[in-house]
Amino acid sequence: MEGNIGELGQYIGVGLTAFGMGFAALGVGNVAGNFLSGALRNPSAAAGQTATLFIGMAFAEALGIFSFLVALLLMFAV
Amino acid sequence: MFSLLQEAATTAVETTEGVAVVVDETHAAGAHVPTPGVELVGHAEEAAGLPQLDIATFGNQIFWLVVTLVVLYLVLSRVALPRIAAVLSDRQGAVTGDLMAAEEFKHKAREAEAAYDKALADARHEAQAIVAQNRAEIQAQLDAAIAKADAEIAARTAESETRIREIRASAETDARQVARDVTAELVTAFGGRTDDAAVGAAVDGRMKGALQ
Amino acid sequence: MATEATGGGLEFHPMDQFVVSPLFGAGEVHWYTPTNVTLWLALTALASIALLVLGTRGRAIVPNRAQSMAEMAYGLVHKMIEDIAGKDGLQYFPYVLTLFMFVVFANLLGLIPMAFTVTSHIAVTGVLALAVFFGVTIIGFVKNGAHFLDLFWVRSAPLAVRPILAVIEVISYFVRPLSLSIRLAGNMIAGHAVIKVFAGFAAIAAVAPVAIIAVVGMYAFEVLVAFVQAYVFTILTCVYLKDALHPSH
Repeated sequence: MEGNIGELGQYIGVGLTAFGMGFAALGVGNVAGNFLSGALRNPSAAAGQTATLFIGMAFAEALGIFSFLVALLLMFAV
Repeated sequence: MFSLLQEAATTAVETTEGVAVVVDETHAAGAHVPTPGVELVGHAEEAAGLPQLDIATFGNQIFWLVVTLVVLYLVLSRVALPRIAAVLSDRQGAVTGDLMAAEEFKHKAREAEAAYDKALADARHEAQAIVAQNRAEIQAQLDAAIAKADAEIAARTAESETRIREIRASAETDARQVARDVTAELVTAFGGRTDDAAVGAAVDGRMKGALQ
Repeated sequence: MATEATGGGLEFHPMDQFVVSPLFGAGEVHWYTPTNVTLWLALTALASIALLVLGTRGRAIVPNRAQSMAEMAYGLVHKMIEDIAGKDGLQYFPYVLTLFMFVVFANLLGLIPMAFTVTSHIAVTGVLALAVFFGVTIIGFVKNGAHFLDLFWVRSAPLAVRPILAVIEVISYFVRPLSLSIRLAGNMIAGHAVIKVFAGFAAIAAVAPVAIIAVVGMYAFEVLVAFVQAYVFTILTCVYLKDALHPSH
């Protein structure tokens, strides 16, 4: 373990970015859950809003993917 | 990620040579960090770093991607899309045509139903007319028969009455004769003289009221 | 680093599957070298063409399976453009359908074991996203001229906040190709790497059943992700196209 504190920090950073992916999962779940509760209240309007659902999920998920990218960059490219 | 664990394990076990091994490995690992340009040759074998960030292969990927996209675009826009659009519009046309044909058949069925109803009504009308005509004929025949019977009955009645009258008249005459004879005899028997005229008058007078 | 850990029965090479290598022999990858990328790009194109061209060669009024799948893909993208970008977006329908077919088949073919996933490479998705970005920007300026800049100047907001909104809008506009490409590539890298990591755990007999079940579950999830990411890529293209055709909010 001597002298390689930089690498240690690098891996700790990679682990921390995994939290970002977890929070993105929360966001995606929030989108889907709210869509479902809205769809159950008014099922007739739900069919027209699936595109909006997917766009919302994509936006929420993109930020989690960014943190994944940061993890990959930290692990392989730094 | 896993090399760190590996290194830790190595140091734990081989405490004596640990330092040298770790230094060697970290050194080797450090050499594998991709530095574009240096990595050009033999990166496929070593596969260090993220393959996605290997700038050296970008030109290759982009070139073949553009080729693929252009080919795909041309084939889809020239061949596939017109064909699918034609099939879909054909289907739309077929469905519309079938619906129109169905509508026409429905119309025809309705017309046929109307014609049937009309024929039924006509037949019923005709039947009623025939019934009425028959009834009228029968009535006429009946009337004629009744009239004939009435006439016959009247004739018979008249005949009977005539005969009754004759019978009555003859009976009256007979009775008067008998009465006159009886009266004459009675008068003679009592010692009187018979006066025919007086006897006749007396008998007539008594019989008026009695025979009527 | 991670790819070098060997010993103890565990071998993790989650990123090896993304390596670009020449098809014939070894050596340097020039821009013209036929590589595994070339092979799988060609297979992607052939699969799309097989579905959309060979599948519909019957031109049947009552479609068979391949034809109804082709018509389903056509109908999905057609309806998407019509609903989001409007009737005037339909002139870009061939390109959007090309994108959709390419992405969905690249994602699905990448799921074949030992296959190479072309959409897991930033270079590929970056080109796709930049093509959408530049195409949409050019369409916006050609169709609307300077009015295209209304997209960044939100007239429905109070005047005081408009400059701040304009900065945010400009930033979000230029982040579009980045998020579009990284979303697709990131999803593909993550899914395939996770499958590889689980497959690596299958070398230990004790956890092998769990690992294999996990691989099966991840695989099913990845099939779903393959479709959803292609759908999302296409639908975001349609949203950007709508912004280009009707920039005023």
